[in-house]
Amino acid sequence: MTHWIILPVLLPALVAPFIVLAARYHIGIQRVFSVAGVLGLIAISAGLAWQASDGTITLYQLGDWAAPFGIVLVGDRLSTLMVLLTAVLALMVLLYAIGSNWDMRGRHFHALFQFQLMGIMGAFLTGDLFNLFVFFEVLLIASYGLMIHSGGNVRLRAGVQYVLFNLIGSTLFLFALGSIYAETGTLNMADLAQRVTAIDPGETVGIRVAAVLLLLVFAIKAALVPLHFWLPSSYAEAPAPVAALFAIMTKVGAYAIIRVYTMIFPPDLEVTAGLQADWLLGAALVSLALGALGVLAARKLDRLVTFAVIGSMGMVMVTISLFTPASTAAALYYIVHSTFAAATLFLIVDMVKSSREDLRLVALPPVAGAVLVSALFFVGAIAMTGLPPLSGFLGKLLVLEASFPTDAVVWVFAIVLISSLVNVVGFSRAGSVVFWKAKAVPAQEGTTPGAPPSTLSYVAVGGLVTLLIAHTAFAGPIHQYMTTTSQQLYAPQPYISTVLETPGKLSKPDAAKEGDH
Amino acid sequence: MELLVASAIGVLTAAGLYLVFRLRTFPVIIGISLLTYAVNIFLFASGRLVVGGAPILQKGVEGVFYSDPLPQALVLTAIVISFGMTAVVVMIALGAYLGGDDDTVNDPAEPAEEGEAR
Repeated sequence: MTHWIILPVLLPALVAPFIVLAARYHIGIQRVFSVAGVLGLIAISAGLAWQASDGTITLYQLGDWAAPFGIVLVGDRLSTLMVLLTAVLALMVLLYAIGSNWDMRGRHFHALFQFQLMGIMGAFLTGDLFNLFVFFEVLLIASYGLMIHSGGNVRLRAGVQYVLFNLIGSTLFLFALGSIYAETGTLNMADLAQRVTAIDPGETVGIRVAAVLLLLVFAIKAALVPLHFWLPSSYAEAPAPVAALFAIMTKVGAYAIIRVYTMIFPPDLEVTAGLQADWLLGAALVSLALGALGVLAARKLDRLVTFAVIGSMGMVMVTISLFTPASTAAALYYIVHSTFAAATLFLIVDMVKSSREDLRLVALPPVAGAVLVSALFFVGAIAMTGLPPLSGFLGKLLVLEASFPTDAVVWVFAIVLISSLVNVVGFSRAGSVVFWKAKAVPAQEGTTPGAPPSTLSYVAVGGLVTLLIAHTAFAGPIHQYMTTTSQQLYAPQPYISTVLETPGKLSKPDAAKEGDH
Repeated sequence: MELLVASAIGVLTAAGLYLVFRLRTFPVIIGISLLTYAVNIFLFASGRLVVGGAPILQKGVEGVFYSDPLPQALVLTAIVISFGMTAVVVMIALGAYLGGDDDTVNDPAEPAEEGEAR
């Protein structure tokens, strides 16, 4: 048994206390260790992704306890892909936080950042539903600290909303877990996948309720309408690097939906049939439309980007809810794109904010470093709205192609295309008001223009844009990889047998005890 | 006993939800505490209700009537987490209340948020 797979969780868990205990008064040392930790994470997750790329499923039994009794970490293609995505995003966000001095505007930024990474990595790697809850809480409690980093009353108020909403979400998660345990007697995902099929068709009420509760919890995380209300305020008021890192948090919800509803409650499972197709798809289409409307109606640049994120999550969820191998592959491609695009836009909004008195969409004197900032905004907006030539366009094509053989094709085509058009209008209006009309406004007397963003900030945003371009340029091989990933998801038997049949403590003598429930 | 536990969970949940919908921080926090109590009892009940059972299976004693230990471990985790989370939200809510002299949870009416401390 190799220990590599637990390192993405362990490394931030060790770096964070070190930063708090040994380097709490030395921002330079904190930065060095934080960046080194994230670089280490990238190396480890690239290694894990390489290991999983040939279809190997890596199992890690904590404490050597066998699967249904002990907690396991599982690395398959999907998990390692998400872990790698998180690590790469974290590096860019961290560079921006250092370049723009956001990490000096409050205390313990780097420690909280590392704890946040620990929670996200754990959520992607765990093979146990209760452990997923625990890692959700780890990432949430770190995100509460990051959300109110550097304080300010508006931010604290948005923080209260964010925390309260997520506390209710956690309570709902526990209710869902309780009902699942009461119905099946296990919380291990692979074990659940087997036991759910064994439930008597006449007594499915409990498990159906549990499946819906669980879907609601993940939909809260994924900011699906009508459970999205926490997102606009908290993302707009959070410090920009934190909002950019939060771009991966909505994807944790999407990941959990993909994982649970392909393995435990697959679409052809009798007891939960119809749940995904009818409810999830409808809610996702409404999110897509509402996101586009929000982009058009927003009066401030940061709100505009948050609604673009809701729309983009709607697109991801539309694709996921079709539940075919092709659509899941398209969804995975779009998840990577949407993460980078959202993070890019949040960082650019912060560049604009740093030399503008507020973010209202009115003509004000040009921002500092306007040429480069506006060029970056242009690229980010093209990516987010899905215009050619960037990966948003390719992602959207894949989504439309995947929806073609399904019954929902008319709805998907209509809403995706119309909301894209509305997004384009919203973003071009915002861009022309903020950057273009600004040239006609003379600088006010007596005000000194703000300093342009630092080189490191440009490097971070440029890095994200480069990743988007690479995601477009290598779309062929990447989509190929996503297709094999999705095939692995729709043939979960190797995953289940790897988890359940690998020997460990307690595996053999208690074979008879299996039939207890 | 089932009726008693079930109605306790129900009453706690109903009271918790009512308080959450008050949309002022103090009732909302109390409401969320009630909800977590409800969910803790619910988790206990998910391992089936047992009267007079041994806490866990003991070696050498065959056929002992014992209660399911897993929900107890789950509840312990849930209690620790909800306690920590409640402490965090109390601190943040207190900060927001003292800073803004307002304890409503909703966004303030539109113009108030312009240009405040960032």
